[in-house]
Amino acid sequence: MSSEPDLSARGRVASDLFANVPRSAFDTPGRSRGLLDVIRWRYLLKLLVRTGVTTRYRNSVLGWTWSYVRPAMQFLVFWLVMGVFMRLGHDIPNYPVYLFSGIIGINFFSEAFGNATRSIVGNAPLVRKVYLPRQLFSVSAVIVALVHFLPQVGLLLVVCLFMGWIGSITVWSVLAFLAGVVILAMVAFGAGLFFGAVNVRFRDAEPIVELLLMLVTWASPVLYFWTMVRDAFSALPWLTELYLINPITVAVELFHLAFWEPVSRTGIADLGLQLHPDLGWLTLWAFLISLATILIGQLVFRRLEGRFAQDL
Amino acid sequence: MSTATGPLAPSVIVQDVRKTFLLNHAHSLKDTVVSWIRRRKLSSTFHALNGLDLVVNEGDSIAVLGYNGSGKSTLLKLLSGVMQPDGGHVLTRGRVAGLIEVGAGFHPELSGRENVFLNAAILGMQQKEIEARYDDIVAFAEIGQFIDQEVKHYSSGMFMRLAFSVAIHVNLDVLLVDEVLAVGDAPFRAKCALKLKELADAGITMMVVSHSKNQVKDLCSRGIVIRKGKVIFDGPIDEALEVLEQP
Repeated sequence: MSSEPDLSARGRVASDLFANVPRSAFDTPGRSRGLLDVIRWRYLLKLLVRTGVTTRYRNSVLGWTWSYVRPAMQFLVFWLVMGVFMRLGHDIPNYPVYLFSGIIGINFFSEAFGNATRSIVGNAPLVRKVYLPRQLFSVSAVIVALVHFLPQVGLLLVVCLFMGWIGSITVWSVLAFLAGVVILAMVAFGAGLFFGAVNVRFRDAEPIVELLLMLVTWASPVLYFWTMVRDAFSALPWLTELYLINPITVAVELFHLAFWEPVSRTGIADLGLQLHPDLGWLTLWAFLISLATILIGQLVFRRLEGRFAQDL
Repeated sequence: MSTATGPLAPSVIVQDVRKTFLLNHAHSLKDTVVSWIRRRKLSSTFHALNGLDLVVNEGDSIAVLGYNGSGKSTLLKLLSGVMQPDGGHVLTRGRVAGLIEVGAGFHPELSGRENVFLNAAILGMQQKEIEARYDDIVAFAEIGQFIDQEVKHYSSGMFMRLAFSVAIHVNLDVLLVDEVLAVGDAPFRAKCALKLKELADAGITMMVVSHSKNQVKDLCSRGIVIRKGKVIFDGPIDEALEVLEQP
């Protein structure tokens, strides 16, 4: 479109432009620095989390009770079907505690992962019109899920206290719980970044995530004991390895170690049950995989985020 | 306005910028297959900006003129960082904020007060700055005791007034204004125009997209005319308005 003299003229202007103001004083609008931006915008993050938490149950009579009703219902159904009908309650001591500590972990993961996946499309009016670090939406989705997870932990704690948890609790129990939460949050955040970014262009991401979330309850030892998987796959030990490497499995086992194991020691000994002996190593692996998930999520998100505004 | 005096200090540099949109003609699998069989193109490209150059100096307030679809809004979106150019460079200096996004971040379930804080934060302000300007924002919006009501109960006029008031009180160096001046009733519109004039006089760099001739003449001393993604005129506002009307 431009002829020779035009180009040279433009070149001359360009060098003159920085005569009075150095080039370094200029920014390129919309250049994202990923998670660093989230730290810089932490005040907005705080407000987004507060908005997410306070508006969740606006205009509902039961309000926060819903945070208890859903897991309670899930628990009742699973307990009745798996614990009573299928008699798993006979094989696993304190089956209700075993079940509930797994369920709340899965619930936290489902909510964090699901919210993060929907977070970009759900904030379409903002993403289309204002530039702000888009990862804020994913981060705040995970934090909001964490806030809703806390009352369920409280409920579990009350039950455990009644069963004499406080007498047999160790520092390891607390650490195991925290490690489990961190692993779940990391995987949910990383995978949420990935699917949230893909969801902008291909809305197929949402049903895929729903499918994954449906599977996740069954792909980790929430309802059954991990040794049942080992015994079933005894001919194909690598399948068990694969099963155990799943960070969600590890997080659920860590929750069991934190809540169920301390209150069920005598029963465990009687039945000869044991949580995985190498849970420490598995935890380390789970951390590495979670970290890799975040890295992949970051990579994909940052590659795609430049096109969010025009694809939404 | 301050172009004539002082050394050249650009606030905005746009150089040879291109922005191309892909238009999909096939919206379903069936469409895709049918056009593939008939060897029709599945998509075509649209050059919204086609090698656009522009320099805006600090304190300038310029009007961006052009008919619908000429690329004005795309230009502002590139400047605010919402979109990325496909070619060329966009550079800005200082804090850029737009009156493009009035009300975009409002949450209907939150009160006016909470929304002021949320939106000011979305536009890049820190807590202390917002607290310092909070009273000004509410006073400018003239919504009085409704500030503690949920925003969903506001009339559309009240809503726009509050949103505009937040946007106009953001600390900024470059202000992008895109067709938002039709906010509220006549007295409030006059007040907004006055406030914009005040900001321009205070040395805020301003880029205004508007179809209202009077407003543009009032605010801007320089005008650029964009046609088919290129700047076809850059000069005094009166001449720019004349150029705009030429076919």
